[in-house]
Amino acid sequence: MSTSSVNPSLAHQRRERRLVLLLLAPALAVVGGLLIVPLCWLAWQSVRQDGGFTLAHYARFLTDDVYWMTFLQTFRMAFIVTAAALILGYPVAYVAAGASRRWSLFILAMVVLPFWTSVLVRAYAWLILLQRRGLVNTALTELGLVDAPLTLVNNEFGTIVATVHILLPFMVLPLYATMQKIPPELTMAGSSLGGTPLHVFLRVFLPLSMPGVVAGMVLVFVLTLGFYITPELLGGGRTYMVSMLVSRNIEVYNEWGAASSISVVLLACVFFIFRLASFVIPFERIMGAR
Amino acid sequence: MASTILLRTFVGLVLLWLIIPIVIIVPMSFSGARFLAFPPPSWSLRWYEAYLASPAWMQATRVSLIVAVSSAVIATVMGTAAAYALNLASSRLVRSLQLVLMLPLVVPIVITAVGVFLVYANVGLLATMTGLILANVMLGLPYVITSVLVGLRKFDPAQEMVSRSLGMNRLRTFFIVTLPQIRPSVITGLLFAFISALDETVVALFISGGQYQTLTKRMFTALRDEIDPTIAAISTLLTAVSFLVVMLVALNARGERGRA
Repeated sequence: MSTSSVNPSLAHQRRERRLVLLLLAPALAVVGGLLIVPLCWLAWQSVRQDGGFTLAHYARFLTDDVYWMTFLQTFRMAFIVTAAALILGYPVAYVAAGASRRWSLFILAMVVLPFWTSVLVRAYAWLILLQRRGLVNTALTELGLVDAPLTLVNNEFGTIVATVHILLPFMVLPLYATMQKIPPELTMAGSSLGGTPLHVFLRVFLPLSMPGVVAGMVLVFVLTLGFYITPELLGGGRTYMVSMLVSRNIEVYNEWGAASSISVVLLACVFFIFRLASFVIPFERIMGAR
Repeated sequence: MASTILLRTFVGLVLLWLIIPIVIIVPMSFSGARFLAFPPPSWSLRWYEAYLASPAWMQATRVSLIVAVSSAVIATVMGTAAAYALNLASSRLVRSLQLVLMLPLVVPIVITAVGVFLVYANVGLLATMTGLILANVMLGLPYVITSVLVGLRKFDPAQEMVSRSLGMNRLRTFFIVTLPQIRPSVITGLLFAFISALDETVVALFISGGQYQTLTKRMFTALRDEIDPTIAAISTLLTAVSFLVVMLVALNARGERGRA
Protein backbone atom coordinates (compact mmCIF):
# COMPACT_ATOMS: atom_id res chain seq x y z
CA MET A 1 0.00 0.00 0.00
CA SER A 2 1.46 3.31 -1.06
CA THR A 3 -0.73 5.31 1.34
CA SER A 4 1.00 3.81 4.34
CA SER A 5 4.32 5.28 3.28
CA VAL A 6 2.68 8.62 2.72
CA ASN A 7 0.73 8.70 5.98
CA PRO A 8 2.97 7.56 8.81
CA SER A 9 0.24 7.72 11.46
CA LEU A 10 -1.96 5.39 9.45
CA ALA A 11 0.91 2.96 9.06
CA HIS A 12 1.51 3.23 12.77
CA GLN A 13 -2.13 2.47 13.53
CA ARG A 14 -2.04 -0.54 11.28
CA ARG A 15 1.13 -1.82 12.97
CA GLU A 16 -0.46 -1.31 16.37
CA ARG A 17 -3.53 -3.26 15.34
CA ARG A 18 -1.39 -6.10 13.98
CA LEU A 19 0.53 -6.23 17.26
CA VAL A 20 -2.69 -6.35 19.29
CA LEU A 21 -4.07 -9.23 17.25
CA LEU A 22 -0.74 -11.07 17.35
CA LEU A 23 -0.60 -10.85 21.14
CA LEU A 24 -4.22 -11.95 21.50
CA ALA A 25 -3.90 -14.82 19.01
CA PRO A 26 -2.59 -17.62 21.29
CA ALA A 27 -5.17 -17.02 24.01
CA LEU A 28 -7.97 -16.69 21.47
CA ALA A 29 -6.84 -19.89 19.74
CA VAL A 30 -7.03 -21.86 22.99
CA VAL A 31 -10.44 -20.48 24.02
CA GLY A 32 -11.70 -20.70 20.45
CA GLY A 33 -10.54 -24.26 19.82
CA LEU A 34 -11.51 -25.71 23.20
CA LEU A 35 -14.66 -23.73 23.98
CA ILE A 36 -16.21 -21.76 21.11
CA VAL A 37 -15.82 -24.48 18.46
CA PRO A 38 -17.22 -27.26 20.68
CA LEU A 39 -20.13 -25.04 21.79
CA CYS A 40 -21.07 -24.45 18.16
CA TRP A 41 -20.61 -28.15 17.54
CA LEU A 42 -22.98 -28.97 20.41
CA ALA A 43 -25.55 -26.56 19.01
CA TRP A 44 -25.25 -28.22 15.59
CA GLN A 45 -25.55 -31.73 17.06
CA SER A 46 -28.64 -30.75 19.01
CA VAL A 47 -30.63 -30.32 15.80
CA ARG A 48 -29.23 -33.31 13.90
CA GLN A 49 -30.24 -36.93 13.74
CA ASP A 50 -29.31 -39.59 11.18
CA GLY A 51 -27.84 -36.98 8.89
CA GLY A 52 -30.90 -34.71 8.81
CA PHE A 53 -32.41 -31.75 10.60
CA THR A 54 -34.56 -32.52 13.63
CA LEU A 55 -36.13 -30.87 16.64
CA ALA A 56 -36.66 -34.22 18.33
CA HIS A 57 -34.02 -33.52 20.98
CA TYR A 58 -35.80 -30.34 22.00
CA ALA A 59 -39.26 -31.92 21.78
CA ARG A 60 -38.18 -34.15 24.65
CA PHE A 61 -38.36 -31.13 26.95
CA LEU A 62 -42.12 -31.16 26.38
CA THR A 63 -42.73 -34.88 26.27
CA ASP A 64 -40.24 -36.41 28.69
CA ASP A 65 -41.01 -35.57 32.33
CA VAL A 66 -37.43 -36.19 33.45
CA TYR A 67 -36.20 -33.25 31.36
CA TRP A 68 -38.36 -30.42 32.56
CA MET A 69 -38.54 -31.79 36.09
CA THR A 70 -34.74 -31.80 36.27
CA PHE A 71 -34.67 -28.19 35.08
CA LEU A 72 -37.37 -27.33 37.62
CA GLN A 73 -35.44 -28.95 40.45
CA THR A 74 -32.23 -27.24 39.36
CA PHE A 75 -33.88 -23.80 39.32
CA ARG A 76 -35.54 -24.50 42.67
CA MET A 77 -32.14 -25.41 44.08
CA ALA A 78 -30.58 -22.27 42.57
CA PHE A 79 -33.26 -20.08 44.19
CA ILE A 80 -32.82 -21.70 47.61
CA VAL A 81 -29.02 -21.53 47.47
CA THR A 82 -29.04 -17.90 46.28
CA ALA A 83 -31.50 -16.83 49.00
CA ALA A 84 -29.50 -18.63 51.70
CA ALA A 85 -26.23 -17.14 50.45
CA LEU A 86 -27.73 -13.64 50.49
CA ILE A 87 -29.10 -14.03 54.02
CA LEU A 88 -25.77 -15.36 55.31
CA GLY A 89 -23.51 -13.22 53.14
CA TYR A 90 -25.05 -9.75 53.42
CA PRO A 91 -24.39 -9.35 57.17
CA VAL A 92 -20.83 -10.66 56.74
CA ALA A 93 -20.05 -8.12 54.00
CA TYR A 94 -21.83 -5.37 55.97
CA VAL A 95 -19.79 -5.96 59.12
CA ALA A 96 -16.56 -6.31 57.11
CA ALA A 97 -17.19 -3.04 55.25
CA GLY A 98 -17.86 -1.15 58.48
CA ALA A 99 -15.11 -2.71 60.60
CA SER A 100 -11.61 -1.41 61.28
CA ARG A 101 -8.97 -2.29 58.70
CA ARG A 102 -7.57 -5.16 60.73
CA TRP A 103 -10.97 -6.75 61.37
CA SER A 104 -12.15 -6.37 57.81
CA LEU A 105 -8.92 -8.04 56.59
CA PHE A 106 -9.52 -10.86 59.06
CA ILE A 107 -13.13 -11.37 57.93
CA LEU A 108 -12.11 -11.30 54.27
CA ALA A 109 -9.35 -13.83 54.92
CA MET A 110 -11.91 -16.17 56.52
CA VAL A 111 -14.03 -15.82 53.36
CA VAL A 112 -11.21 -16.11 50.82
CA LEU A 113 -9.48 -19.11 52.35
CA PRO A 114 -12.38 -21.51 51.73
CA PHE A 115 -12.79 -19.88 48.31
CA TRP A 116 -9.39 -21.22 47.28
CA THR A 117 -9.77 -24.60 48.91
CA SER A 118 -10.69 -27.43 46.55
CA VAL A 119 -14.44 -27.86 46.00
CA LEU A 120 -13.89 -31.59 46.25
CA VAL A 121 -12.25 -31.24 49.66
CA ARG A 122 -15.13 -29.15 50.95
CA ALA A 123 -17.73 -31.59 49.62
CA TYR A 124 -15.82 -34.38 51.37
CA ALA A 125 -15.75 -32.38 54.61
CA TRP A 126 -19.53 -32.00 54.56
CA LEU A 127 -19.87 -35.70 53.84
CA ILE A 128 -17.91 -36.39 57.03
CA LEU A 129 -19.76 -33.81 59.11
CA LEU A 130 -23.27 -34.71 58.04
CA GLN A 131 -23.10 -38.50 57.78
CA ARG A 132 -25.20 -40.71 60.03
CA ARG A 133 -22.53 -41.02 62.70
CA GLY A 134 -20.87 -37.73 61.80
CA LEU A 135 -20.00 -34.82 64.03
CA VAL A 136 -23.32 -32.99 63.68
CA ASN A 137 -25.44 -36.04 64.50
CA THR A 138 -23.17 -37.01 67.41
CA ALA A 139 -23.45 -33.51 68.86
CA LEU A 140 -27.22 -33.41 68.42
CA THR A 141 -27.69 -36.82 70.03
CA GLU A 142 -25.39 -36.10 72.96
CA LEU A 143 -27.09 -32.79 73.65
CA GLY A 144 -30.35 -34.73 73.69
CA LEU A 145 -31.85 -32.66 70.93
CA VAL A 146 -32.73 -35.68 68.83
CA ASP A 147 -33.36 -39.33 69.72
CA ALA A 148 -32.10 -40.93 66.53
CA PRO A 149 -29.52 -39.62 64.04
CA LEU A 150 -31.03 -37.37 61.37
CA THR A 151 -30.58 -38.01 57.67
CA LEU A 152 -28.58 -34.92 56.76
CA VAL A 153 -26.74 -36.14 53.71
CA ASN A 154 -27.56 -38.06 50.52
CA ASN A 155 -30.54 -35.77 50.07
CA GLU A 156 -31.37 -32.23 49.02
CA PHE A 157 -30.54 -30.79 52.44
CA GLY A 158 -26.93 -31.97 52.38
CA THR A 159 -26.50 -30.75 48.82
CA ILE A 160 -27.85 -27.29 49.71
CA VAL A 161 -25.62 -26.94 52.79
CA ALA A 162 -22.47 -27.84 50.87
CA THR A 163 -23.38 -25.75 47.80
CA VAL A 164 -24.10 -22.64 49.89
CA HIS A 165 -20.82 -23.21 51.73
CA ILE A 166 -18.90 -23.40 48.46
CA LEU A 167 -20.61 -20.45 46.78
CA LEU A 168 -20.88 -18.03 49.73
CA PRO A 169 -17.60 -16.23 48.83
CA PHE A 170 -19.09 -15.40 45.40
CA MET A 171 -21.82 -13.52 47.29
CA VAL A 172 -19.66 -11.86 49.94
CA LEU A 173 -16.87 -10.55 47.70
CA PRO A 174 -18.99 -8.47 45.26
CA LEU A 175 -21.15 -7.25 48.19
CA TYR A 176 -18.07 -6.13 50.08
CA ALA A 177 -16.60 -4.44 46.98
CA THR A 178 -19.78 -2.39 46.57
CA MET A 179 -20.38 -1.57 50.25
CA GLN A 180 -16.81 -0.45 50.74
CA LYS A 181 -17.37 2.31 48.18
CA ILE A 182 -20.45 3.72 49.97
CA PRO A 183 -19.22 6.95 51.63
CA PRO A 184 -19.80 6.80 55.41
CA GLU A 185 -20.79 10.50 55.29
CA LEU A 186 -24.04 9.50 53.62
CA THR A 187 -25.22 7.29 56.47
CA MET A 188 -23.95 9.85 58.98
CA ALA A 189 -25.95 12.54 57.22
CA GLY A 190 -28.98 10.29 57.41
CA SER A 191 -28.58 9.86 61.18
CA SER A 192 -27.91 13.53 61.82
CA LEU A 193 -31.14 14.33 60.03
CA GLY A 194 -32.93 12.25 62.64
CA GLY A 195 -33.23 8.86 60.95
CA THR A 196 -33.20 5.80 63.20
CA PRO A 197 -30.38 3.35 62.39
CA LEU A 198 -32.84 0.94 60.80
CA HIS A 199 -34.45 3.71 58.78
CA VAL A 200 -31.06 4.99 57.56
CA PHE A 201 -30.02 1.47 56.63
CA LEU A 202 -33.20 0.81 54.66
CA ARG A 203 -33.34 4.18 52.90
CA VAL A 204 -29.66 4.94 52.32
CA PHE A 205 -27.34 1.96 52.69
CA LEU A 206 -29.46 -0.84 51.25
CA PRO A 207 -30.31 0.92 47.95
CA LEU A 208 -26.66 1.88 47.46
CA SER A 209 -25.55 -1.72 47.98
CA MET A 210 -27.94 -3.07 45.34
CA PRO A 211 -25.34 -3.42 42.52
CA GLY A 212 -23.37 -5.76 44.80
CA VAL A 213 -26.53 -7.66 45.69
CA VAL A 214 -27.34 -8.18 42.01
CA ALA A 215 -23.77 -9.20 41.12
CA GLY A 216 -23.58 -11.69 44.02
CA MET A 217 -27.00 -13.15 43.32
CA VAL A 218 -26.29 -13.59 39.60
CA LEU A 219 -22.96 -15.31 40.24
CA VAL A 220 -24.35 -17.69 42.87
CA PHE A 221 -27.50 -18.44 40.87
CA VAL A 222 -25.66 -19.15 37.63
CA LEU A 223 -22.97 -21.24 39.32
CA THR A 224 -25.61 -23.34 41.10
CA LEU A 225 -27.40 -23.98 37.79
CA GLY A 226 -24.27 -25.72 36.50
CA PHE A 227 -23.10 -27.32 39.75
CA TYR A 228 -21.96 -30.91 39.45
CA ILE A 229 -19.72 -32.08 42.28
CA THR A 230 -21.91 -31.49 45.35
CA PRO A 231 -25.17 -32.90 43.97
CA GLU A 232 -23.25 -35.90 42.66
CA LEU A 233 -21.44 -36.61 45.94
CA LEU A 234 -23.97 -35.42 48.53
CA GLY A 235 -27.25 -35.76 46.67
CA GLY A 236 -27.40 -39.53 47.05
CA GLY A 237 -29.18 -39.86 43.70
CA ARG A 238 -32.18 -37.97 45.08
CA THR A 239 -30.98 -34.56 43.90
CA TYR A 240 -30.94 -34.76 40.15
CA MET A 241 -29.52 -31.64 38.53
CA VAL A 242 -29.16 -30.54 34.91
CA SER A 243 -25.39 -31.10 34.98
CA MET A 244 -25.97 -34.73 35.97
CA LEU A 245 -28.54 -35.15 33.20
CA VAL A 246 -25.87 -34.00 30.72
CA SER A 247 -23.16 -36.29 32.03
CA ARG A 248 -25.48 -39.34 32.32
CA ASN A 249 -26.61 -38.91 28.73
CA ILE A 250 -23.00 -39.12 27.62
CA GLU A 251 -21.40 -41.53 30.05
CA VAL A 252 -24.26 -44.00 30.44
CA TYR A 253 -26.48 -43.70 27.37
CA ASN A 254 -24.04 -42.23 24.84
CA GLU A 255 -26.88 -39.94 23.74
CA TRP A 256 -25.08 -36.98 22.22
CA GLY A 257 -28.17 -35.39 20.72
CA ALA A 258 -29.91 -35.31 24.09
CA ALA A 259 -26.82 -34.08 25.95
CA SER A 260 -26.33 -31.35 23.34
CA SER A 261 -29.87 -30.01 23.51
CA ILE A 262 -29.76 -29.93 27.34
CA SER A 263 -26.42 -28.10 27.20
CA VAL A 264 -27.79 -25.54 24.74
CA VAL A 265 -30.86 -24.86 26.91
CA LEU A 266 -28.76 -24.56 30.08
CA LEU A 267 -26.32 -22.23 28.32
CA ALA A 268 -29.20 -20.13 27.00
CA CYS A 269 -30.55 -19.79 30.57
CA VAL A 270 -27.13 -18.68 31.83
CA PHE A 271 -26.64 -16.09 29.07
CA PHE A 272 -30.19 -14.82 29.53
CA ILE A 273 -29.61 -14.25 33.25
CA PHE A 274 -26.34 -12.40 32.59
CA ARG A 275 -28.13 -10.31 29.95
CA LEU A 276 -30.91 -9.40 32.39
CA ALA A 277 -28.40 -8.50 35.07
CA SER A 278 -26.40 -6.35 32.66
CA PHE A 279 -29.28 -3.84 32.65
CA VAL A 280 -28.51 -3.21 36.32
CA ILE A 281 -24.74 -3.74 36.43
CA PRO A 282 -22.29 -4.15 33.52
CA PHE A 283 -21.00 -7.65 32.85
CA GLU A 284 -17.39 -6.60 33.43
CA ARG A 285 -18.25 -5.47 36.93
CA ILE A 286 -20.00 -8.72 37.78
CA MET A 287 -16.92 -10.68 36.75
CA GLY A 288 -14.44 -8.08 38.01
CA ALA A 289 -16.01 -8.06 41.45
CA ARG A 290 -14.73 -11.55 42.04
CA MET B 1 -26.34 -1.78 70.89
CA ALA B 2 -28.05 -5.08 71.41
CA SER B 3 -28.65 -5.27 67.69
CA THR B 4 -24.93 -4.69 66.99
CA ILE B 5 -24.00 -7.56 69.30
CA LEU B 6 -26.61 -9.76 67.64
CA LEU B 7 -25.30 -8.88 64.19
CA ARG B 8 -21.69 -9.56 65.16
CA THR B 9 -22.60 -12.88 66.76
CA PHE B 10 -24.42 -13.90 63.60
CA VAL B 11 -21.42 -12.97 61.43
CA GLY B 12 -19.08 -14.83 63.80
CA LEU B 13 -21.23 -17.94 63.47
CA VAL B 14 -21.28 -17.70 59.67
CA LEU B 15 -17.48 -17.39 59.61
CA LEU B 16 -17.15 -20.41 61.91
CA TRP B 17 -19.47 -22.35 59.63
CA LEU B 18 -17.23 -21.36 56.69
CA ILE B 19 -14.01 -22.42 58.37
CA ILE B 20 -14.93 -25.50 60.44
CA PRO B 21 -15.41 -27.95 57.55
CA ILE B 22 -11.94 -27.13 56.27
CA VAL B 23 -10.31 -27.40 59.67
CA ILE B 24 -12.12 -30.60 60.68
CA ILE B 25 -10.37 -32.63 57.99
CA VAL B 26 -6.97 -32.17 59.64
CA PRO B 27 -7.61 -34.20 62.84
CA MET B 28 -9.57 -36.75 60.79
CA SER B 29 -6.51 -37.40 58.64
CA PHE B 30 -4.42 -38.30 61.72
CA SER B 31 -7.00 -40.79 62.95
CA GLY B 32 -5.92 -44.31 63.83
CA ALA B 33 -9.35 -45.75 63.04
CA ARG B 34 -10.74 -47.17 59.85
CA PHE B 35 -14.02 -45.27 60.27
CA LEU B 36 -14.31 -41.50 60.47
CA ALA B 37 -15.24 -40.78 64.08
CA PHE B 38 -14.71 -37.43 65.75
CA PRO B 39 -12.71 -37.00 67.85
CA PRO B 40 -10.59 -39.86 66.51
CA PRO B 41 -10.28 -42.74 69.02
CA SER B 42 -6.52 -42.90 68.45
CA TRP B 43 -3.87 -41.04 66.48
CA SER B 44 -1.62 -42.32 63.71
CA LEU B 45 0.03 -41.50 60.43
CA ARG B 46 -1.33 -44.59 58.72
CA TRP B 47 -3.43 -42.69 56.15
CA TYR B 48 -0.46 -40.60 55.09
CA GLU B 49 1.56 -43.80 54.83
CA ALA B 50 -1.22 -45.40 52.79
CA TYR B 51 -1.19 -42.42 50.45
CA LEU B 52 2.59 -42.31 50.05
CA ALA B 53 2.86 -46.07 49.59
CA SER B 54 0.23 -46.28 46.87
CA PRO B 55 1.68 -46.18 43.34
CA ALA B 56 -1.74 -45.16 41.96
CA TRP B 57 -2.06 -42.13 44.27
CA MET B 58 1.56 -41.17 43.64
CA GLN B 59 1.13 -41.34 39.88
CA ALA B 60 -2.05 -39.22 40.11
CA THR B 61 -0.22 -36.68 42.27
CA ARG B 62 2.61 -36.47 39.77
CA VAL B 63 0.14 -35.94 36.91
CA SER B 64 -1.73 -33.23 38.84
CA LEU B 65 1.43 -31.35 39.74
CA ILE B 66 2.85 -31.45 36.22
CA VAL B 67 -0.49 -30.32 34.78
CA ALA B 68 -0.93 -27.54 37.35
CA VAL B 69 2.59 -26.14 37.00
CA SER B 70 2.85 -26.27 33.22
CA SER B 71 -0.68 -25.03 32.53
CA ALA B 72 -0.18 -22.16 35.00
CA VAL B 73 3.05 -21.12 33.30
CA ILE B 74 1.57 -21.31 29.79
CA ALA B 75 -1.63 -19.52 30.84
CA THR B 76 0.46 -16.78 32.45
CA VAL B 77 2.51 -16.16 29.30
CA MET B 78 -0.54 -16.22 27.00
CA GLY B 79 -2.73 -14.30 29.43
CA THR B 80 -0.16 -11.57 30.05
CA ALA B 81 0.30 -11.08 26.30
CA ALA B 82 -3.48 -10.93 25.85
CA ALA B 83 -3.97 -8.50 28.75
CA TYR B 84 -1.21 -6.25 27.37
CA ALA B 85 -2.97 -6.18 24.00
CA LEU B 86 -6.39 -5.57 25.56
CA ASN B 87 -4.98 -2.66 27.53
CA LEU B 88 -3.35 -1.19 24.42
CA ALA B 89 -6.46 -1.14 22.26
CA SER B 90 -9.86 0.21 23.14
CA SER B 91 -11.88 -0.48 20.01
CA ARG B 92 -15.24 -2.18 20.22
CA LEU B 93 -13.91 -5.33 18.58
CA VAL B 94 -11.19 -5.73 21.18
CA ARG B 95 -13.67 -5.22 24.02
CA SER B 96 -15.83 -8.02 22.68
CA LEU B 97 -12.73 -10.22 22.36
CA GLN B 98 -12.18 -9.61 26.06
CA LEU B 99 -15.64 -11.01 26.76
CA VAL B 100 -14.77 -14.06 24.68
CA LEU B 101 -11.65 -14.65 26.78
CA MET B 102 -13.78 -14.48 29.97
CA LEU B 103 -16.12 -17.20 28.67
CA PRO B 104 -14.38 -20.11 30.48
CA LEU B 105 -15.64 -18.57 33.74
CA VAL B 106 -19.18 -18.09 32.47
CA VAL B 107 -19.97 -21.38 30.72
CA PRO B 108 -21.15 -24.03 33.21
CA ILE B 109 -18.20 -26.33 33.82
CA VAL B 110 -20.07 -29.50 32.80
CA ILE B 111 -20.76 -28.03 29.37
CA THR B 112 -17.12 -27.00 29.02
CA ALA B 113 -16.12 -30.55 29.97
CA VAL B 114 -18.47 -32.09 27.40
CA GLY B 115 -17.18 -29.70 24.72
CA VAL B 116 -13.54 -30.42 25.43
CA PHE B 117 -14.31 -34.14 25.46
CA LEU B 118 -15.95 -33.81 22.04
CA VAL B 119 -12.90 -32.06 20.56
CA TYR B 120 -10.38 -34.42 22.17
CA ALA B 121 -12.25 -37.53 21.07
CA ASN B 122 -11.82 -36.34 17.49
CA VAL B 123 -8.18 -35.30 17.63
CA GLY B 124 -6.94 -38.10 19.89
CA LEU B 125 -6.13 -36.03 22.97
CA LEU B 126 -8.27 -38.02 25.42
CA ALA B 127 -6.31 -39.42 28.40
CA THR B 128 -3.15 -37.53 27.47
CA MET B 129 -0.98 -35.10 29.39
CA THR B 130 -1.10 -32.55 26.54
CA GLY B 131 -4.89 -32.62 26.59
CA LEU B 132 -5.05 -32.02 30.34
CA ILE B 133 -2.56 -29.16 30.18
CA LEU B 134 -4.33 -27.42 27.27
CA ALA B 135 -7.74 -27.63 28.95
CA ASN B 136 -6.35 -26.13 32.15
CA VAL B 137 -4.60 -23.37 30.21
CA MET B 138 -8.01 -22.37 28.87
CA LEU B 139 -9.59 -22.46 32.35
CA GLY B 140 -6.71 -20.46 33.87
CA LEU B 141 -6.61 -17.68 31.23
CA PRO B 142 -9.45 -15.55 32.70
CA TYR B 143 -7.70 -15.41 36.10
CA VAL B 144 -4.41 -14.28 34.58
CA ILE B 145 -6.03 -11.74 32.24
CA THR B 146 -8.18 -10.19 34.99
CA SER B 147 -5.25 -9.94 37.37
CA VAL B 148 -2.75 -8.54 34.84
CA LEU B 149 -5.29 -6.00 33.51
CA VAL B 150 -5.64 -4.62 37.05
CA GLY B 151 -1.85 -4.21 37.19
CA LEU B 152 -1.66 -2.56 33.76
CA ARG B 153 -4.39 -0.02 34.60
CA LYS B 154 -2.17 1.27 37.41
CA PHE B 155 0.89 1.45 35.13
CA ASP B 156 1.67 4.76 33.44
CA PRO B 157 2.08 4.08 29.68
CA ALA B 158 4.12 7.27 29.28
CA GLN B 159 7.06 5.33 30.69
CA GLU B 160 6.98 2.98 27.70
CA MET B 161 6.94 5.96 25.39
CA VAL B 162 9.98 7.46 27.09
CA SER B 163 11.87 4.20 26.85
CA ARG B 164 11.04 3.79 23.18
CA SER B 165 11.91 7.36 22.34
CA LEU B 166 15.30 6.60 23.89
CA GLY B 167 15.76 3.93 21.26
CA MET B 168 14.78 0.73 23.02
CA ASN B 169 12.52 -1.54 20.98
CA ARG B 170 9.06 -2.57 22.10
CA LEU B 171 9.97 -6.07 23.31
CA ARG B 172 12.92 -4.90 25.42
CA THR B 173 10.83 -2.03 26.73
CA PHE B 174 8.21 -4.52 27.91
CA PHE B 175 10.72 -6.74 29.70
CA ILE B 176 12.85 -3.96 31.19
CA VAL B 177 10.32 -1.21 31.93
CA THR B 178 6.80 -2.65 32.06
CA LEU B 179 7.11 -6.21 33.36
CA PRO B 180 9.01 -5.36 36.57
CA GLN B 181 6.25 -2.93 37.51
CA ILE B 182 3.32 -5.24 36.84
CA ARG B 183 5.13 -8.30 38.25
CA PRO B 184 2.97 -8.63 41.40
CA SER B 185 -0.23 -8.89 39.37
CA VAL B 186 1.39 -11.36 36.96
CA ILE B 187 2.45 -13.51 39.94
CA THR B 188 -1.05 -13.31 41.44
CA GLY B 189 -2.48 -14.49 38.12
CA LEU B 190 0.05 -17.34 37.98
CA LEU B 191 -0.84 -18.51 41.50
CA PHE B 192 -4.58 -18.40 40.81
CA ALA B 193 -4.11 -20.33 37.56
CA PHE B 194 -2.01 -22.90 39.44
CA ILE B 195 -4.55 -23.47 42.19
CA SER B 196 -7.45 -23.57 39.72
CA ALA B 197 -5.65 -26.27 37.71
CA LEU B 198 -4.68 -28.25 40.81
CA ASP B 199 -8.28 -28.30 42.07
CA GLU B 200 -10.00 -28.73 38.72
CA THR B 201 -12.20 -31.83 38.83
CA VAL B 202 -15.10 -31.88 36.38
CA VAL B 203 -13.18 -31.51 33.11
CA ALA B 204 -10.62 -34.06 34.36
CA LEU B 205 -13.46 -36.52 35.04
CA PHE B 206 -14.35 -36.41 31.36
CA ILE B 207 -10.97 -36.22 29.65
CA SER B 208 -8.38 -37.83 31.90
CA GLY B 209 -7.91 -41.55 32.16
CA GLY B 210 -5.61 -44.51 32.20
CA GLN B 211 -2.13 -43.55 33.24
CA TYR B 212 -2.98 -39.85 33.11
CA GLN B 213 -5.61 -39.52 35.80
CA THR B 214 -5.47 -36.45 37.97
CA LEU B 215 -5.50 -36.55 41.76
CA THR B 216 -8.96 -34.97 41.88
CA LYS B 217 -10.40 -37.51 39.46
CA ARG B 218 -9.11 -40.38 41.61
CA MET B 219 -10.45 -38.71 44.74
CA PHE B 220 -13.85 -38.20 43.18
CA THR B 221 -14.08 -41.83 42.06
CA ALA B 222 -12.93 -43.04 45.47
CA LEU B 223 -15.51 -40.83 47.21
CA ARG B 224 -18.36 -42.24 45.17
CA ASP B 225 -17.51 -45.71 46.42
CA GLU B 226 -16.64 -45.20 50.08
CA ILE B 227 -15.36 -42.58 52.49
CA ASP B 228 -11.78 -43.78 52.76
CA PRO B 229 -9.73 -41.85 55.37
CA THR B 230 -6.82 -41.75 52.88
CA ILE B 231 -8.85 -38.99 51.22
CA ALA B 232 -8.67 -37.02 54.47
CA ALA B 233 -4.87 -37.15 54.34
CA ILE B 234 -4.81 -36.04 50.70
CA SER B 235 -7.40 -33.33 51.41
CA THR B 236 -5.26 -32.00 54.25
CA LEU B 237 -2.28 -31.78 51.92
CA LEU B 238 -4.33 -30.06 49.19
CA THR B 239 -5.71 -27.58 51.72
CA ALA B 240 -2.18 -26.87 52.95
CA VAL B 241 -1.17 -26.07 49.36
CA SER B 242 -4.19 -23.75 48.95
CA PHE B 243 -3.36 -22.06 52.26
CA LEU B 244 0.24 -21.57 51.16
CA VAL B 245 -0.86 -20.07 47.83
CA VAL B 246 -3.31 -17.67 49.50
CA MET B 247 -0.50 -16.57 51.85
CA LEU B 248 1.78 -16.01 48.86
CA VAL B 249 -0.90 -13.95 47.12
CA ALA B 250 -1.38 -11.86 50.26
CA LEU B 251 2.37 -11.28 50.70
CA ASN B 252 2.65 -10.49 47.03
CA ALA B 253 -0.17 -7.92 47.27
CA ARG B 254 1.48 -6.35 50.31
CA GLY B 255 4.76 -6.03 48.39
CA GLU B 256 2.87 -4.32 45.61
CA ARG B 257 1.33 -1.77 47.99
CA GLY B 258 4.70 -1.20 49.66
CA ARG B 259 6.21 -0.18 46.35
CA ALA B 260 3.40 2.10 45.25
